[in-house]
Amino acid sequence: MTMDERLMHRSEVAVSVELQTPDMTLNIGPQHPSTHGVLRLVARVDGEKIQEVEPVIGYMHRGYEKLAEVRTYAQITALVNRIDWVAGFANEIAYIRAVETLVGIEPTERAQWIRLILSEMARISSHLVFMSSYPLELGATTPLFYALRERERVLDLLESVTGGRFHPNFNRVGGVKSAAGGGAETKKVSQDLPVGFFSQTRDAMVKVLAVCDQIDELVTGNELIKARTVDVGVIPADKAVSYGISGPNLRASGVAFDLRKHEAILPYDQVDFEIAVSEHGDCYDRYVVRLEEIRQSSRIILQAIDKIPSGPLQAKVPRILKVPRGQAYVRNENPKGEFGYYVISEGGRMPYRLKIRSTSFSNLSILPWLLKGALIPDLVAIMGSLDFVLGDVDR
Amino acid sequence: MTSGFFWLDTAIKVAVILGAMLTGALVVIFAELKIGAHMQNRPGPYYAGGRFGWAQPLADGAKFIQKEDLIPSAADSAVFKLAPYIVVAATIATFVVIPFGPDLVVRDLDLGVFYLLAISSLTTLGVLMAGWSSANKYSLMGGLRAAAQLIAYELPLVLAVVAVVVQAGTMSLNGIVAAQAEPIFTLGSTEVAVPFLLKGQILGFIIFTVAAVAELSRIPFDMPIAESELTMGYLTEYSGIRFTMFFLGEYLAMISLSAVAATLYLGGYWAPFIPGDALNFLGPGILLAKVAILVFIIIWIRWTWPRLREDQLQNLAWRWLIPLALLNIVLAGVFKVVF
Repeated sequence: MTMDERLMHRSEVAVSVELQTPDMTLNIGPQHPSTHGVLRLVARVDGEKIQEVEPVIGYMHRGYEKLAEVRTYAQITALVNRIDWVAGFANEIAYIRAVETLVGIEPTERAQWIRLILSEMARISSHLVFMSSYPLELGATTPLFYALRERERVLDLLESVTGGRFHPNFNRVGGVKSAAGGGAETKKVSQDLPVGFFSQTRDAMVKVLAVCDQIDELVTGNELIKARTVDVGVIPADKAVSYGISGPNLRASGVAFDLRKHEAILPYDQVDFEIAVSEHGDCYDRYVVRLEEIRQSSRIILQAIDKIPSGPLQAKVPRILKVPRGQAYVRNENPKGEFGYYVISEGGRMPYRLKIRSTSFSNLSILPWLLKGALIPDLVAIMGSLDFVLGDVDR
Repeated sequence: MTSGFFWLDTAIKVAVILGAMLTGALVVIFAELKIGAHMQNRPGPYYAGGRFGWAQPLADGAKFIQKEDLIPSAADSAVFKLAPYIVVAATIATFVVIPFGPDLVVRDLDLGVFYLLAISSLTTLGVLMAGWSSANKYSLMGGLRAAAQLIAYELPLVLAVVAVVVQAGTMSLNGIVAAQAEPIFTLGSTEVAVPFLLKGQILGFIIFTVAAVAELSRIPFDMPIAESELTMGYLTEYSGIRFTMFFLGEYLAMISLSAVAATLYLGGYWAPFIPGDALNFLGPGILLAKVAILVFIIIWIRWTWPRLREDQLQNLAWRWLIPLALLNIVLAGVFKVVF
């Protein structure tokens, strides 16, 4: 080997040697500002790049499915509205419809409309929480105050009807509880919706639509928000479907699937609204879809308070509710997506088994696939855009 | 000048600067609390101190001092303890060359600008030390982000300042102010002088401001802290008085960089139509008014915008700021030769 060749060889060796750095294991959570509670992610990172991430769930497991087996059907509504606490009211709907299907009782028409109005309010309140927390995770602190201020109006309305802001526990088999407020003389009317509820709702919807425009100005057109979210965390439609993603996350990927249109258990067929859909399935689209859903929900509420029929709130139901042997699966479009209950009854006062198909659990399942190769700032942007609640993941 | 007088003189200057700047930092903290609150549709502090909650920063300070000074057992404790003081000391040291009036300057160095840029970069050393010594992965990533950020923003910052130096023909900050006070034309009997901002340095001013916000690690460039990603970045393990030092350092740096920007681009202590001999009395007020405007803009940005990503900052710095800053130098050179 000549001198030249040796030098050549050495220089090539020097070029081909790369600095080998071992990956670092970064433990994100269970206590971390942007894990929405107690989610833990074990991430293998190379610098800021995530090679692999493994979600560890179960820190909030409260065993609601088991608890439901030793409670009467009426008691279980108090449990289920603690699953996704951001939209407590919406959780009750599918459950109570499942029990009603098993018993064979049709709820009264007015009760169905009240359920519709209140679950759309729950949707608005849930999406406004997203509108406040998502920019916060991207570093913009101010939209939080505008969004939460209007959410408070919606929660006040929910409270005036049900007595609870987060955990209404309002639905009964065959209808709804006698509403809390009243101002009329007769006993029957005094147990209906509070006085002035409809006019206050109209006011609140005006405010909600106004804050949507404000958020539009602050966030939607913001170049920095776009830089952080456009083309980040893209979920193609086929992946979204195969991972069982539902709700706004699915519709952001271009799949126009909304149980309110396709399998409505409330009188959604009598109101006029559109399914908010987007195309690319990135974080920005998931944000835009939710903002549009707030607008559609307030549209639904405004129509519903014009169309709501008068009548009793509660159908005739035996004092001790015994559910015949059988099983039912009923699902509903919750703010976060498809939420279903599979009730198995062996006859008697308590269910034999209650399986909860919770939305966030399925929506979270795509995280390991979605976060592969993302940067740590993207991790926050992606997790926030999926909008899960840990109570809904762990039940 | 006898040596005794020199030490007395220096001691007085140090005491005045320390006192004034620490008070200034408290005022800026209060301004941030109150302005941020009003931008977010809430009252902000209103209890401490009676009116408008003016004593809130003092109350916060008193609270922080009482907190336990925790040092993680795995931390490199000497480095961990030293880091906050390096940040604060480096920031305060920048005030040495900032002129508050023709004679109101601690030391008017011939290489004032050079000294300023060198000493203000030392804060990053403190941040890196804090991140490394905390023995925490989040802190380490925060520290490394700060170091990467230093390289990205320091170049455009320096290049933007070079254009000013070219135009002024001096590196002394007093000389730069004097260059801005020189009349460029006369209108009737009045001589009109304008600061560098209006003498073709608008581009330079924008580059300097963006780079300065990045140096301050404030939104939209607060990636080293990024509380939603890295919990609190390099500050994660700090508590008590050491955390206060970092906190104070951030606001001191805001004042010092605003003062530098005001001196380089807005004419510093100089203002039109004020006779030169009055500037020793009015100069500090004029400079502080200019600083207040710049500080308000920085606060405004913080409460309006989200955070960028680290790679996006690098993109911004290398693709936009540095080429624009180089162009700016060329323009300043042409301007200097032609006019």
